[in-house]
Amino acid sequence: MALIRIAFRYLRNEVLVLPTRVIAVLFVLMLIIMPLITNDMYILRILTIASIFSIYAASWDLLSGFVGQVSFGHALFFGVAAYTTALLNLRLGLSPLITIPLGGIAAVLVGLLVGIPCLRLKGPYLGLATLAFPIMLMGIIFVFPGFFGGELGISGITRLASIRLHEYYLAVGLMLLLCFIMWKITDSKIGIIFHAIREDEIAVRASGINTIKYKLLAFCLSGFFAGIAGGLYTHFLRIAGPSMLAVLMSFQAIIWTIFGGVATIYGAVAGVFILFPALEFLRAAAEYRMLIFALLVLLVLRLMPQGITTFFRDKLERECPRCKVRNAFTRKECRVCYSDMR
Amino acid sequence: MLSDILVYGLMNGAVYAMLAIGFSLIFGAARIINLAHTAFFMLASYAVFYFGSTLALHPLVAIPLSIIIVVLIGVFVYYVFMEPIREHETAVLIITVAIALVFQELVLIMFGGHYRGVSNIVTGYISPMGIRISYQYLLTLGVVSLALVAVWLVLMKTRLGNAIRASAQDREVANLMGMNVAKIAAATMALSVGLASVAGVMVAPLYTLEPHMWLNPLVLVLAIVILGGLGSIKGSFIGAMILAFIEVTVVFLMPGGAFLKVAIALAIMLIILVIRPEGLFGIYMEGER
Repeated sequence: MALIRIAFRYLRNEVLVLPTRVIAVLFVLMLIIMPLITNDMYILRILTIASIFSIYAASWDLLSGFVGQVSFGHALFFGVAAYTTALLNLRLGLSPLITIPLGGIAAVLVGLLVGIPCLRLKGPYLGLATLAFPIMLMGIIFVFPGFFGGELGISGITRLASIRLHEYYLAVGLMLLLCFIMWKITDSKIGIIFHAIREDEIAVRASGINTIKYKLLAFCLSGFFAGIAGGLYTHFLRIAGPSMLAVLMSFQAIIWTIFGGVATIYGAVAGVFILFPALEFLRAAAEYRMLIFALLVLLVLRLMPQGITTFFRDKLERECPRCKVRNAFTRKECRVCYSDMR
Repeated sequence: MLSDILVYGLMNGAVYAMLAIGFSLIFGAARIINLAHTAFFMLASYAVFYFGSTLALHPLVAIPLSIIIVVLIGVFVYYVFMEPIREHETAVLIITVAIALVFQELVLIMFGGHYRGVSNIVTGYISPMGIRISYQYLLTLGVVSLALVAVWLVLMKTRLGNAIRASAQDREVANLMGMNVAKIAAATMALSVGLASVAGVMVAPLYTLEPHMWLNPLVLVLAIVILGGLGSIKGSFIGAMILAFIEVTVVFLMPGGAFLKVAIALAIMLIILVIRPEGLFGIYMEGER
């Protein structure tokens, strides 16, 4: 009883005061009760894939949005993990419970491998150099079609779970958990150092912080999360193909994250959950599908260049000028220090 | 074999150099990574296909018309979508991707997805030392070389070129010296799109046209610009030649080379970058650490 009261008080004092938090809680609740509302397998399938891609987009945000190490080749982590899980599952018959973490670890190793030569590069140089890695890997995959399946990819992988509903809850649960972990990482002391590296790396180094260590850590963390997403995706679609390494796959993570709002984690999730279903439902428009999608991205970013979540957050909330706590836009005085909001 | 490598390498190198220099110019003057750059190249190829083959205009009318239209589109896109939100660099990046997708889809809707070809402007060939070089190749090579020389002259000898180079070095100081940096950036955009469209119309008879033809050159252009050093014209030119010759050599000499040509070119770019992180001729600017 006391526990419920504490939870209720927390809800009233911490969640209901801010419209954005209410939206976030409603979104999570919607995801959880979605299978009760609809039995449509198509909608559940879209939401499952959107959850998996949310992890992928958020991992790009962690590396590029927070640490500022803009990566144009994020599909490398996704693809390496996808091929690792697929090969382990098909050749050794391991279950998804083992192959997905192993895929994540493979992506971490690749992250180290990519991170070390890229440590010396900065800004656009880094971004465009990382673009090269997945393309090179794709070349290797096409040269050894016997092992990697060539253009068709590797198919015949076991399912994530035996029932669609279990797959849905697994993907949604993992998405919520991993994105929460990423959000906590960016909020921790490590996250502050990440922020600082993005703003001024030389100043951080001058403060006696080993930036190389932290940049490699960022590559590994981001690679791990992207790798988990790659493994989940492979086991859900039951195929690992070269399209997972394509340039478009790398750019998709960037499009989703920047559309949603960069350096926020929740922005990446929002971007995926808006754009991915939108692209699916645009199938009704047949050949105009990609055109409408591109125009949507173009217009939204033209009008809200800081990203959709950041734009609406700044509309719905204001920062208290004295204590820097965020308040709903309707309040005339700050909810913490009661100072005037104007 | 060797002569084939020489001819195709020179040809591809010149086209890549055109694209890479344009990309490098707009990055220098406006700090925009214009991922739609090769989409303008694709657009120009299709424009010359439309005017030359569908409307059957004379090549001397169709080619300048295509270039002018594509340049106007480029300047329009710059003023409407890039200039107002220039401070949000990541948003501009994605906007350029979206623009490229819009072009690709428009072309797909208007012309369909199947491969198209443009007939040669001049026919016949010469065969010095037993290699067959068609006049179309020579014409393309000639026009592209002329365009490169013209751009070099514009950049080095005119007031506009001086202004472009100044704002590439330091935008703020250029602004303080009384230059209208926004206008200079727009002029640079016109120049850069112009180079891409000249390349587009000249290679249209040699390449097969399809709406996705911008993606592969884009990857190579990015690699070339990085290899040569961002913002360096000389670097872009030398980088283009290096990567084009590597690509052509791999295709001619290695089994399965068609799959590996991009991979090997990129691997060599990475090796050079590890040795020289700022590219062959790039410089790190102190203010932009």
